[in-house]
Amino acid sequence: MAMATLLAHHQPKRRSISPAPAPPRPLHSLADELLFLVLDRVAAADPRALKSFALASRACHAAESRHRRLLRPLRAGLLPAALARYPSASRLDLSLCPRVPDATLAAVSASAAPSLRAIDLSRSRGFGAAGLAALAAACPDLADLDLANGVHLGDAAAAEVARMRRLQRLSLSRCKAVTDMGLGCVAVGCPDLRDLSLKWCLGVTDLGIQLLALKCKKLRTLNLSYTMITKDCFPAIMKLPDLEVLELMGCVGIDDDALCSLEKDRNKSLQVLDISNCQNVTEVGVSSLVKSTPNLLELNLSHCCPVTPSLVSGFQRIAKLRTLKLEGCKFMADGLKAIGRSCVSIMELSLSRSSGVTDTELSFVVSRLKNLLKLDITCCRNITDVSLAAITSSCTSLISLRMESCGHVSSKGLQLIGKRCCHLEELDLTDSDLDDEGLKALTGCSKLSSLKVGICLRISDEGLTYIGNSCPELRDIDLYRSGGISDDGVTQIAQGCLMLESINLSYCTRITDRSLMSLSKCAQLHTLEIRGCPRVSSSGISEIAMGCRLLSKLDIKKCFEINDAGMLYLSQFSHSLRQHMRLAEHDHCTFSGYYT
Amino acid sequence: MSSCSSPWSTMDGNQNDICGQSANLTSNPLYYQFGLDNPLFGMGIQQPFPPSTSPFGASSSTNIPHMDWKPAMMLDNLTFIEEKIRQVKDVIRSMVDNGGQLPGRTGDIVQQQQAVNADLTCLIVQLISTAGSLLPSLKNSSFLSHPPAGHMDMANHVGSSSSMVPYTTISEENNEVMCSPEDYDELFKGLTDGTVEGGIEIDNVLVEEQDTKDGDEGGDAGMDGENLLPGSYELLQLEKDEILAPHTHFCSICGKGFKRDANLRMHMRGHGDEYKSPAALAKPPRDASTEHAMVKRYSCPFVGCKRNKLHKNFQPLKTILCMKNHYKRSHCEKSYTCSQCHTKKFSVLADLKTHEKHCGHVKWLCSCGTSFSRKDKLFAHVALFQGHTPALPSEESKVSDQVGRVGSHQEPAKLTSSMGSFMWDNSSGDDTVLDIKGLDSCGDDFLSTANFGSFNFSFGPLDEIKGNPSEGSFAMLPSEHFQSVREKGEN
Repeated sequence: MAMATLLAHHQPKRRSISPAPAPPRPLHSLADELLFLVLDRVAAADPRALKSFALASRACHAAESRHRRLLRPLRAGLLPAALARYPSASRLDLSLCPRVPDATLAAVSASAAPSLRAIDLSRSRGFGAAGLAALAAACPDLADLDLANGVHLGDAAAAEVARMRRLQRLSLSRCKAVTDMGLGCVAVGCPDLRDLSLKWCLGVTDLGIQLLALKCKKLRTLNLSYTMITKDCFPAIMKLPDLEVLELMGCVGIDDDALCSLEKDRNKSLQVLDISNCQNVTEVGVSSLVKSTPNLLELNLSHCCPVTPSLVSGFQRIAKLRTLKLEGCKFMADGLKAIGRSCVSIMELSLSRSSGVTDTELSFVVSRLKNLLKLDITCCRNITDVSLAAITSSCTSLISLRMESCGHVSSKGLQLIGKRCCHLEELDLTDSDLDDEGLKALTGCSKLSSLKVGICLRISDEGLTYIGNSCPELRDIDLYRSGGISDDGVTQIAQGCLMLESINLSYCTRITDRSLMSLSKCAQLHTLEIRGCPRVSSSGISEIAMGCRLLSKLDIKKCFEINDAGMLYLSQFSHSLRQHMRLAEHDHCTFSGYYT
Repeated sequence: MSSCSSPWSTMDGNQNDICGQSANLTSNPLYYQFGLDNPLFGMGIQQPFPPSTSPFGASSSTNIPHMDWKPAMMLDNLTFIEEKIRQVKDVIRSMVDNGGQLPGRTGDIVQQQQAVNADLTCLIVQLISTAGSLLPSLKNSSFLSHPPAGHMDMANHVGSSSSMVPYTTISEENNEVMCSPEDYDELFKGLTDGTVEGGIEIDNVLVEEQDTKDGDEGGDAGMDGENLLPGSYELLQLEKDEILAPHTHFCSICGKGFKRDANLRMHMRGHGDEYKSPAALAKPPRDASTEHAMVKRYSCPFVGCKRNKLHKNFQPLKTILCMKNHYKRSHCEKSYTCSQCHTKKFSVLADLKTHEKHCGHVKWLCSCGTSFSRKDKLFAHVALFQGHTPALPSEESKVSDQVGRVGSHQEPAKLTSSMGSFMWDNSSGDDTVLDIKGLDSCGDDFLSTANFGSFNFSFGPLDEIKGNPSEGSFAMLPSEHFQSVREKGEN
């Protein structure tokens, strides 16, 4: 059956490039490079096709083994076998293995995988310095190592990481036990580091950062969020010649004093700066910071300090600024207007959860920001149709508009969105007054790929029909608690949007197995949430299990009609399922194999 | 104190026994006190100094002529004592002779004993007055002639004025400011007539003399970190002996020295009830005159030192304590040796104690074997040298599995079998560091923490290393090694 699907899907393409692989000899005569190009295309269209291909013949199996670059085992125990089968794999993603003991990592070194370049251990526990030492010995060319969430890792582990001399990207996020000593080892041992994350490394202080900045001159991305750094290490960081991204989220030790001390040494390479949640930073510090970083492209000041006209007028100095995030900020009078005057080049603006955003100021801003592509006004509860009229009339090239919980905007105002912003790809209208007319207006947005219309109680099947007919590229739709929809609407979506990957139908109490049957035709579907849909039964789930073989996330909590029968189908067909919320405790679902 | 006593001893041309002894006694207050007490109690005198001090005053008025403190008078005084001793000797000799012949005449013996006792008491009083004159303080014999009521004041004077003597001696020895004996007399009269202020006035007088002298010599020699203008503070310079003297306050009666005036006041209570009054025990109040006085700064007596007032970029010392510590640290032998590392030496005891607190705590290690007591020093070191990396203190478990793993590397066979002789003994000390600097790429294994951990392990019990802490790269060596290297260094 698997081969049949493969042939049905991809035979035409293959024929256009090369002879059919069915007889082994032609496959042998085909150059690996060409074959791999073919397989790349096949995998892009249907990730499961590769598996079928490998099962076709011994030669196919060998070709597939040579082709695969990424390994993502579901269980750590499979790792030795996987490495033996895929010798040319360069990336090892263990994020699906919650427990990776030292012995497993030692197995990596036993199976000799010198081709490995990247290893992701961010979701795994159970390994320690010994395992990392084995890894360092086995993979001399390792360039990318993710040890995020390694709360159990200490300086000894960091010292082992330091033995990987060619490391370019390293994440030590949440490695709270790592101190300056460990960081010092890494700084000395990995001189090629380009991307380093020290988020939540509470043991790291200025001394370690100073040494890092001294030894790792090639650093481009540095994440120091939620660390205890103070102004002492700032000059050293700013002297990094290639630093482009600096994240300082929630650094309580960073204050105006620290930022003001930067004024002397400018950093012309810095492009992205995130100082959100820095409680001790005020307008003074931000103003002086802006002076020392003239080439900034992205600035994040969320939850930082009140936005005043004088603060914003300083942004004139960073003429290249593209992205400005001011989430959760308090806007003083004319603060928002000043953005319209000073930051004309902005393409992305986020004002979500900010207070003090009014119709007049927002209208003024959007009328000046002609280049705006993305706008986030989530939870700006004071804005009304006036703002929306201004947004839709002046920012016609908007790609993304997020306006969840803007309760004062009427359905008339929402209709303007579809009529005027026809380039929209992402639209979030959760908890709004949207009705079927508004959805009908969206028919012009043919590129729409993500539509969130949760808690829109006025939409019905009719509106969904418009969407299904006119948005073929829709990949993600959220209909959470939109109680007006039923099977007909879902069917329209499933039939019109074959690319659908994710759908949320939670608490849409009227949907039945018929919806799931139609959704089972969407082969790309990997996320299905039908929590609290009491009329869905096991037969619907069995259809989904057989049709959507890529399903990896399924939420069926409070679906009381689903019983063991459905579970059996899931266990048999949904090999990719990772998150499985069950009605009751069934323990006969085993997940094995590789997720592709 | 030797500088104080020397003028007097030279003045006493004939070098009387008693004078010599008393001179010794003044230089050693403890001995002095002992010598004073012993004869009194040994002779069974019940009340050598009754609380009322009347015999004291009486004896001074009857037996001792008022002394003007001239050498001649001193000489007279001593001859008097000599005569008296000879008399007592004669009496006792006769007693010895008579006692052998007539053992039964006890009444005569008692009478003779009383006479001898009276003579001895007289002698002792005389001795005290003479010895008291040799106290570092001052003219002293004058206080004997004072009415008993003035005694408490005198004690205070002596206590407070003892610290002022240096200035007089300085000026004498330097021959910079000549004070004739008349000057002294004036000063001491002022001291004894007035209250405590007198002493302070003397202080000021002398200091002013020095200041004017400073102005003449140095011009603008007083520019310092505080930006005090040269004339805006009083500049004091103590002599070497003064700085090194263990005590600054002395008992006017027994001569015992104290570091603090409060301790002296406590001590004075033992000399009589009049020292026990609240007024006598209270801290001498600060006078308005001292509050308005100029800020005091100190100069180091070592010529050529930056803290010396003659230095071009002179920087004065802020307090007398600063000066003492500075002088000891910079210009004295370092006599205190750390008992743990036997390497560090200090001239100030407090420095030694501070060091001993941290000695042996080798907390921060570099891969090159150098140890640091402070993290920032380690990181500065690592930042400076290419290839050096911070080394983690090895844990037992980690080390054991690392030794096994290291076993697959090139050098380790040597490393584990012959412990200390691996790397550190063929190149001792700084050479090691230089070697490592040279090793860049090939030094990866050598510098790695794993190897480092195995060093420690191969040295056997870690406690031993911690117990025999040493400095610098020696820390890596086993103890006996360390000893030999040290000896080499000493030779």
